[in-house]
Amino acid sequence: MATTPARKDALAAKPAAVTPMSVVAPVVAWLIPGAGHLIQKRWIRGVLLMVSVVTMFVLGLLMQGRIYRPNGGDILDILGFVGDLGTGALYIVSRVQDLGHGVVAHATADYGTKYIIVAGLLNFISVADAYHIAIGKKS
Amino acid sequence: MTLSLSHFNAALLFSIFASVVFGITVRDKPRDQVRYGLYCFAMFMGGLIVAGWGMWALRH
Repeated sequence: MATTPARKDALAAKPAAVTPMSVVAPVVAWLIPGAGHLIQKRWIRGVLLMVSVVTMFVLGLLMQGRIYRPNGGDILDILGFVGDLGTGALYIVSRVQDLGHGVVAHATADYGTKYIIVAGLLNFISVADAYHIAIGKKS
Repeated sequence: MTLSLSHFNAALLFSIFASVVFGITVRDKPRDQVRYGLYCFAMFMGGLIVAGWGMWALRH
């Protein structure tokens, strides 16, 4: 269903109602990339988001990318951690498995680190999209 | 297992996945999503080629 301009104005005028889906969808979308769309029956979008984010994360690990640990040091390290955290369960599993130490010997290892960070950042966008669908701001 | 991609292939894969997510999240209708995804991909690859030639020109 397309959102008409009049409906968009009405939605912008009043605050979004808190529904169970508006809370559950972003949480699930963060934890499992693409799942926030899948539970709202946006099958193709959900699968495409899941494939994109998970593949980027896995490719980053295979390229010997580094996964940032919680830290309070350099600002870039903190931002790297925030980006990595966006991948949700992927981050948790990789930390539990002690993956992503990063190998400086590989020329493309730094690309791997960036792949993992960007996978997390893209998942943050996906979480926001799932929330907008849940509150009816987006069709 | 270690994956060793060339710089171009790494940038190509990055562009594909980022464009898919941008297309889906930024636009509303399926047709617009495809068009915006393709636009983002073209911008990524165009920027890559321009930057590559720019660096080549700086070196020579």
